[in-house]
Parts: sequence; structure tokens; C-alpha cells
Amino acid sequence: MANKVRLATVWLGGCSGCHMSFLDLDEKLIDLADQIDLVYSPIVDIKEYPHDVDVVLVEGALCNTENLELLLQIRERSKIVISFGDCAVTGNTPQLRNKLDIDDILTKVYQAGPGSIPKGPEAVDILPVLLPKVHPLHAAVPIDIYLPGCPPDPDRIFLTIAALLAGEKPQLPAEAITFG
Amino acid sequence: MLVITLNINGQDVSAPAGVTLLEACRQNGVDLPTLCHLEGLTPVGACRLCLVQVEGARRLMPACTTEAQDGMVVQTHTEQLKEYRKMLLELLLSERNHICSVCVANGSCELRARCAELGVDHTRFEYRCPDLPAIDLTHERNGLDHNRCISCTRCIRACDQIEGAHTLDMQGRGVDNRIIIDMHQKWGESITCTKCGKCVNVCPTGTLFWKGSTVAEMQKDVGFVRWIKEGREKKQWSYI
Repeated sequence: MANKVRLATVWLGGCSGCHMSFLDLDEKLIDLADQIDLVYSPIVDIKEYPHDVDVVLVEGALCNTENLELLLQIRERSKIVISFGDCAVTGNTPQLRNKLDIDDILTKVYQAGPGSIPKGPEAVDILPVLLPKVHPLHAAVPIDIYLPGCPPDPDRIFLTIAALLAGEKPQLPAEAITFG
Repeated sequence: MLVITLNINGQDVSAPAGVTLLEACRQNGVDLPTLCHLEGLTPVGACRLCLVQVEGARRLMPACTTEAQDGMVVQTHTEQLKEYRKMLLELLLSERNHICSVCVANGSCELRARCAELGVDHTRFEYRCPDLPAIDLTHERNGLDHNRCISCTRCIRACDQIEGAHTLDMQGRGVDNRIIIDMHQKWGESITCTKCGKCVNVCPTGTLFWKGSTVAEMQKDVGFVRWIKEGREKKQWSYI
């Protein structure tokens, strides 16, 4: 038990498609479960990012202050940070807003669009502020491994994790590092 | 046929006189990555991916526009060259808006393929995210999306040299360059475009596409360029 690899997965500004692809490891998840402790993930009920994480898969781009704060915490508390999927690696579709003015986006979505506007000072505390631009993860912290793909298919996720579990640096073939 | 001898990566090889370094390399089993090069079109040295080190030259030379000379000593895959090639691809990725996941050319894109082949799994450069002219969908069959353009000029050369229409050209310099139609008109209003589709087929990315194609649906065929060039050289269609 003590020798199990402490694995975390994190969902920042993305669609969770990378996590779906991770779950698509199917029966390989059962083998994986014997070798790892899943210490933080959208699929486990732990609220705070723990210390001493061995490997973390971080999905999604940096879109708001919460994403940024969590990523800084992740970097500080993890040995190997994997930029997981195109949003994390390139900014991908969240980055499409970068050429637009941020105030215009907020007005369009919350004032002109349907639904009610979050009211009062609590909205300011609850809702994280959008960053002026969307960034890939490596714009803010050093990244150890890049795992591109939208989503990265289960095979390349498995190759990466299996190599790390064997104590090796993953060497993915060309067809396993394509974008999109 | 006059034959020259040169040294590529420590190996003495021969090539017909008059060929480019790129041709000499490929004829001798040394593969150099390219994006702007297309057999049958004149080489322009736009993408710089085929840069090589020629002994005695003070700068790196694009193999596609450098004539192979007798006695040349060439290095094609030094660590420095490999690093520069990666850097070039990373610069291309950050220059415009290459969003592979929603691109018509996902799967057939040569930029995406070169990145994978050369191990570019991210770009170290900040994305510029430029606000580019709107996608031109005024043409009956083709679309033009400046977000994906790498300024290789293959479309311009195919239109001029193969089709002979010269509908496409380039405006501006550096990062401000743009493909334009005729005198900077909408494609649908062009009186020179023959609607042949050669530009779409030779485009290495998702910049030029068939209207109606969605993500990853574009398939391109560049083989016709060589076929036409060879036919012309053999005067297969000469009526004079």
C-alpha cells in the first residue's frame, strides 16, 4: 500500500473530454487501480489538493483565477505534472476568446444573454475572475510531460502512465503526439 | 548526364548536376522535412524546414533553393538543425490560430504531421491569437481561412504555374502577409478564378478547403502537380 503511486487528475478550463478518454481505458483501469492511489480527481470526493502527489494529469486551459491558483498549488505539491490534452497544451478552443475584449464577453453572456445575472457582492467572491487571456498551462508553471490530443486517445494516456509506473520517461511515437 | 559527387552526413554520394540539395538528399535516402516544397512547383524556401549546414557557408542554407555542387560537404541532421526545425514549427503554431481540434484539415494537415514527426508536442512561444480577416466563403466551391495559413505560397504558385490564372497572390510583409484574391477582392467576385481547385489541393493546412467540409473531413491530393509537370516536360499536350 505504501508503495502505491499517488496519482491525481484535475479538471481546469476544459470540457472533461480528456477525463472521459481516461475512463475509456476500460479494463486497464482495474490493473491501474492496483498500482495507484487516486488522491484527487473530479471522480473522487476530496476537496483540497493534497501534498506529495507523484503524478498529476491536468486537463484544461487557464481561463480564470481559480484555475491559476489551483495550478500553482498543483505544481508545488506534485512531482510530475502532465499537461493533459490540447486545452492544457495549446489553449485549444477556450483560447478562441483571446482576440475578443473580456468586458464584451461578460456583457454578452451575462447581460445580453438569457438567464439571470449573478447579483450582489457574493457573486464577486464566488465566481472566479476571468483572466484577460486564456493560456496553456506551461505559460504559468514548468510542465514535465505534454500529452496532446482532443482528447488524447486512451492508448497514449496508457503508454504515458505505464511508462511512468515503470519508472521511465514516456517516449511516445509520432502518431501519439498529434494535436486535435 | 553530368554527375557530381558530394558528401552528405559523412557519406559520399552522387547526384545529377543541376539538382537542388533537397533533391540530392532525397535521391540518396536522406529525408528532409518540408512544408512549402511541392514537386512540380518552383521552390521558394519559405518554410525553412529544410535548412542544412554547408561546410564553408556562413549561414544555414535552405536545401530546396540551393543547387548541389560538386565537392559540397553537407550536414542535414545536427542537433542544432533539429532544434531550429522544431523552433520553426513552434513559431508557426503560435503565429496564427491553429486550433487543430476544430480544423477541417485535422488528419490531412502537413503542419500537424511535421510537428508530430519532429517531436513538437507544444510551443514554447506565446500564442499571438491575431484577429484576422473573416473567412472568405463567397466562392462557389472553395473557402479561405486566414487563421490556418502558414504563408507557404503553394496555392499562389499552383494557381500561377500550373493553372496559369494567377488569381491568388500575397499582400503585406512578415506576420502581416495575407493571401489575396485578384486585386484584394472577394473570391466569389473574381473574374480570373477558373474554379479548378488546384489551390485547395496543394494547401498543406486547412487554409483552403471545399465548402461544406467540416472538422477533419478535408482530403487533399497533390499528385496531379507532378503529373502535369511531367506531361508538360514530355510535351504530351503540345499542339504546336
